[in-house]
Amino acid sequence: MSTLELPPAAKTTDHFVSTEPFDPGSAVRLTPEQERLYLASQWKLMWWKFKLHRVAVVSGVILLAMYASTLVTEFLAPYNLHTRHTDFIYASPQPLHLFHEGRFVGPFVYDRHKALDMETLRRNYPEERTTPHPLRFFCSGDSYRFWGLIDMSFHVVCPPEDATLFLLGTDRLGRDVLSRILYGARISLTIGLLGITISFALGLVIGGLAGYYGGWVDMTVQRMIEIIRSFPELPLWMALSAVLPVTWSPILIYFGITGILALLDWTGLARAVRSKLLALREEDYTTAARLMGARPSRIIGRHLLPGFMSHLIASATLSIPGMILGETALSFLGIGLRPPITSWGVLLNEAQNINVVALYPWLMLPVVPVIIVILSFNFFGDGLRDAADPYR
Amino acid sequence: MLQYVAKRVLLMIPTLIAISIIVFTIIQLPPGNYLESYIAELQAQGESVDPQKIAFLREYYGLDKPLPEQYLHWATGMLRGDFGYSFEFNMPVTKVVGDRMFLTIIVSFVTILFTWAVAFPIGIYSATHQYSWGDYGLSLVGFLGIAIPNFMLALVMMYVANVVFGTSIGGLMSPEYIGKPWSWDKVRSVLEHSWIPVVVIGTSGTAGMIRRLRANLLDELQKQYVVTARAKGLPPRKVLRKYPLRMALNFFISDIGSLLPHIISGAEITAVVLSLPTTGPMLLAALKSQDMYLAGSFLMFLAFLIVIGVLISDLALVALDPRIRLQGGVAR
Repeated sequence: MSTLELPPAAKTTDHFVSTEPFDPGSAVRLTPEQERLYLASQWKLMWWKFKLHRVAVVSGVILLAMYASTLVTEFLAPYNLHTRHTDFIYASPQPLHLFHEGRFVGPFVYDRHKALDMETLRRNYPEERTTPHPLRFFCSGDSYRFWGLIDMSFHVVCPPEDATLFLLGTDRLGRDVLSRILYGARISLTIGLLGITISFALGLVIGGLAGYYGGWVDMTVQRMIEIIRSFPELPLWMALSAVLPVTWSPILIYFGITGILALLDWTGLARAVRSKLLALREEDYTTAARLMGARPSRIIGRHLLPGFMSHLIASATLSIPGMILGETALSFLGIGLRPPITSWGVLLNEAQNINVVALYPWLMLPVVPVIIVILSFNFFGDGLRDAADPYR
Repeated sequence: MLQYVAKRVLLMIPTLIAISIIVFTIIQLPPGNYLESYIAELQAQGESVDPQKIAFLREYYGLDKPLPEQYLHWATGMLRGDFGYSFEFNMPVTKVVGDRMFLTIIVSFVTILFTWAVAFPIGIYSATHQYSWGDYGLSLVGFLGIAIPNFMLALVMMYVANVVFGTSIGGLMSPEYIGKPWSWDKVRSVLEHSWIPVVVIGTSGTAGMIRRLRANLLDELQKQYVVTARAKGLPPRKVLRKYPLRMALNFFISDIGSLLPHIISGAEITAVVLSLPTTGPMLLAALKSQDMYLAGSFLMFLAFLIVIGVLISDLALVALDPRIRLQGGVAR
């Protein structure tokens, strides 16, 4: 084929070629808003969509504030966790006043003294409305060990020098309930986060293996999940936490309980991961990756998981409340965390019988933060779930 | 159809075996041999240890045999209706348990009925009036139902019932019926006393069910056959009654699988607070005193209850849903 000839290299073409840079959007101009929308990353779109869900945003802020408070609990709590006031046992909540005899004083309290009702033998703590005792702010009060490391005594609010400040009352040892609730947040809130981290990891690995390999691996995992699910959650938690050795230190028990909560919780996540993977592994891009010699761990971790990570995070958020409630229930029954570790459940353990409800109802107050946290996590998770698929 | 039922029942067996293995593992989990610590405790209390009794217990559980053999002994014992021997109470578990398991079943059953009765109208209202004030209000109530720990609800209800109605709550029947054989009066007394536990246990389950029913029904309402029916001029009520509602009924039965574990969990802790004569307080007591064989039997029983419940719901679904009945399998 010697007749084949290439055209001369330097010959110019007959038609016109513009030297301007190519602009694909020249035909239909996008408005700046549209451009912003089309160029936004997936996470940015999710954020925009999430912001539309007002309740979820508010819940997120509440949760953020609560978690942030656990970092500086020692500053916020007016008293130390373990300070006992033997003169104020089962003291009712102390009112906070602003005006003394019609004059503005700022936040202050009146002094109180025990008065035993000789008929019912109930302790009453009437106010002596003679002198106002203004609260002190940014002051030095009960000493504590910040994060168990540094000895300090700084508080944002302290009781007046010669009066008390029991805004939510005291318990049977005369300990301030408000301070104990604040300290309890540290344990109750972290147990959910720690637990979900463990169960998230378990769910990802086990569900990932089942979904990617299919076959007998899948079968085994499926059966396992079914069996775990056919146990009633709470009794199984109870049984497992009851067999934690008595000799363990409270910290070990804390981790043990977290582990137990996580151990039964991963099934839902594993199921979600599995069904998503089963669908995604048939996609062309997975085949391409496999043909290029990617290892399964890389295909799962790099190509498949990011595709539905947002969904997983949303459903993980929705399962945190279950764990917090689980811990609360176990500690309430007295087989979960034990003192001196203080969680909301441990506090509620004091409110176990009907006498408490009738005589010292303020001991049930730790249930309020529990309800707020559970509600917030539910709304927050709902918002996340709606935002997880921003292209819809 | 018959084939499906047989298959479904056969599938239950490996599940039950697996469950029993897990329960047995939990029984064995506390460090050391139970019997040894039991003897040590007795001696510490200054009580004399009856060597005959120890020998009997050792024999009974085959405690000096290898673990697999102990397991077989325990598992086959259960098949014969022999649930083991309670160390704490010094009598066979079946005697300790008595009516408790039966009462647990009754309470769970009534709670399911309550959940259905409440969740059904509210779920339908929420779905048909989506984004109305009623929907928002009911959703909020539902969320609160999930968020309030039911043991707290039980305490408060107990107090309220005491103050408002002047009745002492606690227990499941009037004192004069305790320990008596079952009669119609006793049944009525149980029903009269059971409304507080039923409401308390049912609240969180109901809330969850309303949300699931609402989501399900919303999906259904957007389907084409509903649009068609509406376009043909069928009144909205009739559309609802004829088609989506019947789908929702199906869902009610298939949802037992997720409702039942929830109810049984709730029943246990509520029973502790209200001191109901069901399995809850006993399970807690057994766990606290590490009477593991008794606790294990309870656990096994509760799991068995759930497995049976799910089986019944599956079979009912087959009977009700022609799509499943005719194709001979549950489409999931």
